[in-house]
Amino acid sequence: MSDLGHDTPHASGPSLWPIAFAIGVACLLLGLVISWIVAAIGAVIAVVFGVLWARDVTRDVREEVPHVEPETRAVADAPTAATQSSATPEPLEGYTRSRFLEASTLGLGAAIGAIVTLPVLGFTVLPSFTNLDETEADLGPIENFPEGTFVIATYLAQKAQGEVSRRTSFVRYNGLVENPANQGRREPSFTILYSRCVHLGCPVQPNGPIDEEAATKVGGVDLRPVLAQSFGCPCHGGLYDSEGNRRAGPPVRSLDRQEYSIRNGHLVLGPNYAVGNVSGTGATAAISRYPWSVPGTHVDGIEAWLYPIVPSQVTG
Amino acid sequence: MAAQSKRQQLVDTAILAPLDWIDERTAAVTGTKWFLFRNVPRDVSWSQTLGSAALTAFIVQALTGGILAMYYEPSAAIDPVTGKPVAYSTIESITSDLTLGWLVRGMHRWGASVFIILLFLHMGRVFLFGAYKYPRELTWITGVLILATGMLMGFTGYLLPWDQTAYWASAVGINLNGTAPFAGPWLAQFLAGGPEISTETLPKFYAMHMLLIPGLLIPLIGIHIYLVTRLGVPSPPWSSEAAGRERPPAQPTGARAGLVRGSGGD
Repeated sequence: MSDLGHDTPHASGPSLWPIAFAIGVACLLLGLVISWIVAAIGAVIAVVFGVLWARDVTRDVREEVPHVEPETRAVADAPTAATQSSATPEPLEGYTRSRFLEASTLGLGAAIGAIVTLPVLGFTVLPSFTNLDETEADLGPIENFPEGTFVIATYLAQKAQGEVSRRTSFVRYNGLVENPANQGRREPSFTILYSRCVHLGCPVQPNGPIDEEAATKVGGVDLRPVLAQSFGCPCHGGLYDSEGNRRAGPPVRSLDRQEYSIRNGHLVLGPNYAVGNVSGTGATAAISRYPWSVPGTHVDGIEAWLYPIVPSQVTG
Repeated sequence: MAAQSKRQQLVDTAILAPLDWIDERTAAVTGTKWFLFRNVPRDVSWSQTLGSAALTAFIVQALTGGILAMYYEPSAAIDPVTGKPVAYSTIESITSDLTLGWLVRGMHRWGASVFIILLFLHMGRVFLFGAYKYPRELTWITGVLILATGMLMGFTGYLLPWDQTAYWASAVGINLNGTAPFAGPWLAQFLAGGPEISTETLPKFYAMHMLLIPGLLIPLIGIHIYLVTRLGVPSPPWSSEAAGRERPPAQPTGARAGLVRGSGGD
């Protein structure tokens, strides 16, 4: 009892009951809002574990602390003289309270930080990939497209977006072609090249005179026939032939094309797809098609290994 | 003499005492002295002022940008009055309607180029003088990060006028990012907010230009300046006081004796 002087710091033994006490208090406060039963349960929990907590921390004041023999182990090897002779052995490197508090503060801080940050990061990044509207554009009756001639079609890809979504495609009607997939029925065939340069996305222009007198405007879509057998990009000099194959300049693939369907006699443009190479012309052209990707990315050849997964493969 | 001492007393009570009061609590005066009253080599020249010039250009950008933000609106919606997109209309009104708006916008627009040019000149000076060497490697690295974020500021700011130049330059810039291996297409789609530039791209670029990138750039500048202050300005390579060498005991006269920080002086 001599060491009970005031200069000796006194710390009560460790106790787990404060955790349960805190849960009880939280339950009580929650119950005040939602129901009296929950509040009562919370109060009971708080009182019970409060009492247990109080018993725990006051144990050494209330009663004699039982003297526990320190655990010992038989030493197998003969101890060295040095360790035997040392009267007070070095205190073991314990997992102290301060280290525990430090680790739990850092850990809890990291957990809270992650809980707050992850949804925000998701909100920063994900809408660009998930909230994509299906783009379809009605270019009007197919009679407006003369056979064998390109027509510059300018249209709004997304009406809600307004002028920002104004796109241009080069549409050529290839005439009626037998479709073996549809019992050999003769169906209209179109070559639809998307005007965006596959170098860096500038607007590709047709190299040829535009027949302004034959220009029509159908339901917000501008249609201007043009005599063009090639397309050039004003930004960096990319040149494409009438099938969209690269002929000169920096583009890395052929011009993108667009899916299309004929609905009620109207030509309706669907999503884009990337094109590696086109052999043949018009309706009989063999098109190597790939998932759409941003301009400047290779779709075939060894360079395509640099772009193994592109967003359109994931988002559809 | 009595009058002077009275004046001295006045200065003490009116200026020095409050400063002491503040300094005792914040170390603000000590810190300011530490920051401003530094020894520099005797043979520094105008070329060592390029960093301060770049900082000044940045401060001009921050101030004019903050003021422009009071009048600019990053919306691609069509203004019912002008029939043009709101962003472009606000730019037009800043330039031609608002008093001195042309000046502030011009300062911001041309100041952006000035800032980047000064960064490059400053970088070239540091490189040619070998001022990036031990112990100033981290100053160099933070400087490179400042250059990168400064160029990000230029990239995001270019779209904001929302005219044809802005649109197509940003389209090319976004697609340039898109050609980076592996992550490129994802980065491009993130920047544009979809497969192509849309109405959502404009406020996104505005938020980056106004909030996110300055939040990165300003701390970087702070760290950079702290490091410059802490490590001091090195003497130029042709200096008689080569860095890290003890001052030769027999200098001809005091005239050519550079004052090298850390060399002990006299």
